[in-house]
Amino acid sequence: MIPLSWFLILAASLMFIGLFGVLTRKNLIGALMGIELMLNSVNLNLAAFWRYLHAENPEMDGLVFMALIFVVAAAETAVGLALIISAYRRRKSVDANDMDLLKG
Amino acid sequence: MSFIADPVNFIANWLTTVLTGWGASASLIQIILFVIGAGLLSLGPLLLTILLIWVERKIGGRFQDRLGPNRLGPWGIIQPIADMLKIFTKELITPTGADKVPYNLAPILAAGSVIAVWAVIPLASTVYGVNINIGAVYILAFGALGELGFIMAGLGSNNKFALLGGFRVVANLLSYEVPMILILLVPVMFSGSLGMNDIALSQTVWNVFLAPLAAIIFFITLIAENARAPFDLIEADSEIVAGFNVEYSGLKFGFFYVADFLHSVTAALVFSTLFLGGWRGPGAETYPILGFIYLVIKAAIIYFAILHIRFSIPRFRIDQMMSFNWKFLTPLSMMVLVTTALLNKLVPGDLTLVRVAVMWAANLVLWVAADQIVKRVVKKQAVPEVAQPRPLARPPQVGTNDILGG
Amino acid sequence: MTAVKLIFLMTAVVILGSAVAVVSARKIIHAALWLVLTLLGVAVMFALLESSFFAVVQVLVYIGAISILIIFAVMLSRSSFVDEGSQTHRRWWIAAIGLLVIFVAWVAVLSLWPQWSVTSTPLPATATDLATLGKQLVDPNAYLLPFELSSILLVTALVGAIFTAMERKGDQP
Repeated sequence: MIPLSWFLILAASLMFIGLFGVLTRKNLIGALMGIELMLNSVNLNLAAFWRYLHAENPEMDGLVFMALIFVVAAAETAVGLALIISAYRRRKSVDANDMDLLKG
Repeated sequence: MSFIADPVNFIANWLTTVLTGWGASASLIQIILFVIGAGLLSLGPLLLTILLIWVERKIGGRFQDRLGPNRLGPWGIIQPIADMLKIFTKELITPTGADKVPYNLAPILAAGSVIAVWAVIPLASTVYGVNINIGAVYILAFGALGELGFIMAGLGSNNKFALLGGFRVVANLLSYEVPMILILLVPVMFSGSLGMNDIALSQTVWNVFLAPLAAIIFFITLIAENARAPFDLIEADSEIVAGFNVEYSGLKFGFFYVADFLHSVTAALVFSTLFLGGWRGPGAETYPILGFIYLVIKAAIIYFAILHIRFSIPRFRIDQMMSFNWKFLTPLSMMVLVTTALLNKLVPGDLTLVRVAVMWAANLVLWVAADQIVKRVVKKQAVPEVAQPRPLARPPQVGTNDILGG
Repeated sequence: MTAVKLIFLMTAVVILGSAVAVVSARKIIHAALWLVLTLLGVAVMFALLESSFFAVVQVLVYIGAISILIIFAVMLSRSSFVDEGSQTHRRWWIAAIGLLVIFVAWVAVLSLWPQWSVTSTPLPATATDLATLGKQLVDPNAYLLPFELSSILLVTALVGAIFTAMERKGDQP
C-alpha cells in the first residue's frame, strides 16, 4: 500500500507550487489560481490524515474539515473574483503592478 | 432465473460459467464482465442516438406541418444513417489561430460527459452500471464537465460568435444548476440516499405525487441544462449563428450533435428515475425486463414532453432567462425544499394518503403565492404604452417635430 | 510496485506537471485550463484515499463552479491583459529558491515524525457512511458551530461579492 509520506510530499509540493504562483504571478487571476492550488493541497492533506490515522474514528473529523474547506474555497473565489472584476472596471487592468494608488 | 425475465444477468451468469470452465480466475472474470458492460453501456446510447435523430426530426416535422424525413427506407428511417455517413466523410477544418488542445478536447468532453451519466442510471431492478452511493451528485458533476466542454469550444475556436456562445454557457448552464441542485435534494431527502437505485427503490409512492412542484421545477431546469428551446441561447442560431460550435465541422461537429440529442433522452431517464419511480411498476421486481419496459415508457413520455416544448415555445431573451432563474426559480425551489423537509418530518411515512394530500396542499399554496407575486411584479414592470401606433399609410407631417404625424 | 502505487505515481506526475503549468503558462487562459487538470488529478487522489464523495464533490464544486468562474473572469478581462512577455515578476527566482529551501527543510523535519511512512489499514464500513458525516455536521456536540459559521461566511461572501462587483455610476475611469 501507499505510505502516508507520499501523499504528504505531494501535498507539500502542490502547496509550494501554489505559493510560488501567488508570489510571482503578475495577473491577479493567476494569483487566485495559486491560492486554489494551496487550498487543494490542504484538502489533500486532510483527506490523507483522515484515511491513515483517523478512519476508525466515528467522528469523521477529517471529512468535516474537508467540507468546510470547500465552503471557504467557494467563498474565497467569489469574493476574490468580484474584487478583481471591480478593480478591472475601475483601472482597466488585472495586472498586480498597476494597483499602485497608494504608492507615494 | 430465466432468460426472458432477466436477460442481462442471465447472459452475465452464462459468461461467468463459460469463463470459469476455461480456467479464468474470479477477478479476471470480474474485469472482463466490467469491460463488456462498460462497452455496451457506452455503445448503446451512441447507437440509440441514430434512432433519436430520426424520432426528433420526424416529430419536429409533424409539429411544423411537414413530413420530416421520408425518402430513405420506410418512413425515412434510414435517413440518419445516410447523414452519419455524410458526416464521416466531411473534412475536419481547424480554424487559424484556434487553440488546438481545447478546440479538439471540447467535443470529446461534451459527448463523453453525457454517456458517463448512463453509468449510474438503474435500467432495471438488477441492471445498472454501478450503484455508487453518490449517484445523484455524480450526475451533477458530469453535467459540469459537459459545460466545461462547451466553454472550451467557445474559447478555442478563435471566433467572436463562439466566444459569445461560451459566455452564454456560463450564464445559462451555471445559473440553472443552482435550482437544479436544490431540487435534487427533494428526492434524496425522501429516499435518504444519494444512490440512484436506492432512490428508485424507495419510491413506493412516486416522488412526483409527493412533490409535484419540485418535479416541475426540475423538469424546467433539465431543459435549461440541456440548452433546449426555449433555453437554447447558447446556440441561438438567429443571434449568434450557432454559438460555441460554429467553427466545428465533420465528425467533431457530429460529437456535439450526438451530445445534444443524447442529452434530452438522458434527462428524460434521470427525471423518470428521480420522480417517476424509475423501473418501478407491477411485477418489475420479479421480472426485471418489465422494469426496463416501464422505464422506457416513462422516459419516452418525458422525452416527448421535452420535444413538445422545444417545437412550440419561442426562445427567451437572455435577460428574461436570467431573471426567471434568479428571481423566480431559485427562491421558489428554496421554499419548496424547506417546506417539503418540514412536512416530511411532520407527517409520518406510513400514512401515504395523508402525506400525499398534505404535500399537494402545501405545493398548491406555494404555487399560488409564487404566481401572485410574479403577476404583481410583471404588472409593475410592464412597459406603459406611450402612444398609439402610427397608421401606416399616413406620412409624418413635414415641418413639425411630432413623430406621430399630428 | 502494485497497481495502486502506479496509479498514484501517474496521477502525481499529472498533478505536479499541470500545477507547474498553472503558475508558469504564458497565456492566462491556458493556466486556467491546466488548473482544471490539476483539480481532476486531486479528485483522483481523493478516490484513491477512498473518500469517493469528496472526489465527486471536488469535480462538482471546483471544476463545475470555481474553475468555470475563473475562466469566466479571464474571458471578461482578456482585452486588457497582454499575454506577451514575461508573466511573472522580475525576481521570481528569489521566491523559487526560498520556497525550495522551505520545502526541503519541511520534508526533512517531518520525516523524523514516527508516523511518517505509516501504511493504511482497511477502511471500516462505518467510514463510508455519508449519513454519519451529515449527522456530524449538524450535531451540537460535534461540528454544528463550524457548520453554521461556514454558512454565515458563505452568505456574507456572496452578498459582499455581489455588492463589490455591482456596476455603479462613476466606475469607469
